[in-house]
Amino acid sequence: MKFRLFLFMAGAFMTLPALAGDLGLPPLSIPADNPQSEAKIALGDKLFNDARFSTTGEVSCATCHDPAKGMTDSPLVTSLGINGLTGTRNAPTVLNSAFNKTQFWDGRSPSLEDQAQHPFLNPVEMGLPSHDPILEIVNSDEDYKSAFKAVFGVVAGEVTMDHVTRAIASFERTEIGGNSPWDRWYFGGEEDAISDGAKRGFQLFLAQGRCISCHAIEQDHALFTDHLFHNIGVGINNIQPQVADLAKAFLVAKAAGLDVDVAVLSDPNVSHLGRFVVDEQLSSLGAFKTPTLRNIALTAPYMHDGSIATLREVVVHYNNGGVTKEGDSVNSFLSGGIRPLNLTDQQIDDLVAFMEALNSAGQKPQQAMITRDNGTARTAMADRAPSAARGESE
Amino acid sequence: MKRREFVKLGSTSLIAGCLPVSVVNLAFGGTHDDFSFAYISDSHIQHIKGNKFVRNWDQGLIRAVAETNLLEPKPDFVMFGGDLAQLATKPELDHGAEMLSALNYDVKMVMGEHDYYLDLGEYWSELFGPQYYSFDHKGVHFVVLNSILTFDDWTYDRWESGERRMSEMAGLDNPNGSPFMVGEKQRKWLAKDLKKVSSKTPVVVFSHSPIQKIYKGWNFWTDDADELQALLQPFDKVNVIYGHVHQIQYNQLGNIAFNSVMATAWPWPYPQSYAQAASHLPVLTVPMNRADPFDERDATGWQFMNMHSGRADLSFNLYSNQNRKVAFDHEQGHPVDASYQADDARIAPQKHY
Repeated sequence: MKFRLFLFMAGAFMTLPALAGDLGLPPLSIPADNPQSEAKIALGDKLFNDARFSTTGEVSCATCHDPAKGMTDSPLVTSLGINGLTGTRNAPTVLNSAFNKTQFWDGRSPSLEDQAQHPFLNPVEMGLPSHDPILEIVNSDEDYKSAFKAVFGVVAGEVTMDHVTRAIASFERTEIGGNSPWDRWYFGGEEDAISDGAKRGFQLFLAQGRCISCHAIEQDHALFTDHLFHNIGVGINNIQPQVADLAKAFLVAKAAGLDVDVAVLSDPNVSHLGRFVVDEQLSSLGAFKTPTLRNIALTAPYMHDGSIATLREVVVHYNNGGVTKEGDSVNSFLSGGIRPLNLTDQQIDDLVAFMEALNSAGQKPQQAMITRDNGTARTAMADRAPSAARGESE
Repeated sequence: MKRREFVKLGSTSLIAGCLPVSVVNLAFGGTHDDFSFAYISDSHIQHIKGNKFVRNWDQGLIRAVAETNLLEPKPDFVMFGGDLAQLATKPELDHGAEMLSALNYDVKMVMGEHDYYLDLGEYWSELFGPQYYSFDHKGVHFVVLNSILTFDDWTYDRWESGERRMSEMAGLDNPNGSPFMVGEKQRKWLAKDLKKVSSKTPVVVFSHSPIQKIYKGWNFWTDDADELQALLQPFDKVNVIYGHVHQIQYNQLGNIAFNSVMATAWPWPYPQSYAQAASHLPVLTVPMNRADPFDERDATGWQFMNMHSGRADLSFNLYSNQNRKVAFDHEQGHPVDASYQADDARIAPQKHY
């Protein structure tokens, strides 16, 4: 309600292009201690794109969350930080992250404001030894000085990371998108907004595919996530024999003060422990946050480690009951919702067509090039039957 | 700042409740006899045909075994509480034994009716040994009973085949069924076994069915429970731990604390939900909830138990749900859930705004 009121008032003097009337999205709640304003959003945008906040001067937030790539770094498998260092995680999209109840794949951060402080310091992301270099810049750069004065009423020397992260979060809250062809069909009643294949795919999404149980939708909006964490057989399938030693060593190190943010991005095996590194519950071993499906066709490859190249292979993974390659063994900690689905090839295609109908208007699908281990390249969306979503880009 | 503090506090309490490095002896420091054991029960491994078994039940046991292997400190042993199989066939018992073999600990077995009524426990005994026995461990006397026997004429004279007998006993609310009992022979053995035990020695009894009478229609019941309780009452500290009910129950009768354990296969509803017959869920029990019926593992789980001062505290590992802990409260003299309190111990809800 508050937000709607805000939108109404804001509409008089500013535009929030992605926001107004986005079909299929719920009202966005804005934290009371960080209200939106046009100036704050612009400041956040500037900070988000400022590569000076990295040791090499080459990496900004936008490096891995590129508006041209669905706010990810698609088609990278895992993100590229300073000095060509790669992390362990596939960049989650910023699009609609304003609706997330937790941030990061393992939910280790409770808010956008909290999240924004971490990548600056992570040695495989922006690599700063502390936040001081950022504060030096924002407290001396003339543009920043006047912007922080205007937005927060603070003079040079008094700008803190709290101001910086609040501005970035405000900007990120404008990166939202509904109004996909599927929204126009499902919520808008536009019969020919999506293909018959996508409609069949949606029925499978609701029933035999069992997708909706985690990628939840509501009566009047759809975020396609339950905001929970599930072990779906990615990553941990390959390290099962090491889990006991890894989990124990991690907990001992964490109790001794290990920086969890650094550990998960620098060690793939720790990364695969998933939500466990945050809540230390056995049920969370290998479990990751359910990501939204909106704009999913823009952000290949998939999963926390970017290990699945295409949407079709994602569906095949679920169809196999939680293993990417049929016949591989599934880890013992698999979530109870994951089981073989007995989908036909046609049904798998239909589910992909449905997901491709979830691109927000204005978001352009990438012809994402995925470089495979054997060095060959191919398009992430190769050989898909044209759908409404594809039609936009063609 | 406040939020950060809250987050910190939150994670501290999670560490205390976490399984792998829970320092379980902290709360009872000083007692050298403290130890823990894990308890897995009611896996109901079910053969379809050939090399096919019901995937869901397999997955439940596999997960419990894998998680039990992560316990730290290591439990002294693992109990399996019965109903390893669904219809007591060799393929089922073999497949179940194979999965249990992945446990890094000694495993001790309890007989369930689903393991028994095909061949009266013959193959089970071939695999796992005697159907009732006792052992001593770190000052505690443990007794394992076969509590799922019944009247001789039902067992030996009524059915044309073992398969028929098994399927009749496997049903709930079945007029052809028959109540469980330990029987006179085993009660005599028990009386003799307990004679050599001092009344000061803590006693733990493992049975498949509850050694108390809760609901006859589902055999949440042991017919000679009263006689068995009488044999156990002379001991200062007795703990009866049972499976079969696939849900959390706890109770206190005299010196005897009762705790049920979870199934790895599926949950049963609480008997009072069956409105056509009277049932007697122990009043102490705060029923468990079902977090997510979509999840195959919903309302299933396993548990580990800390033995301290002669009493068992149960920590339930539940899936897609909040873990529960039911610990013996020495002041109140009965088991109490750490989070979910009995009616009269709860804070009254706000009724006006």
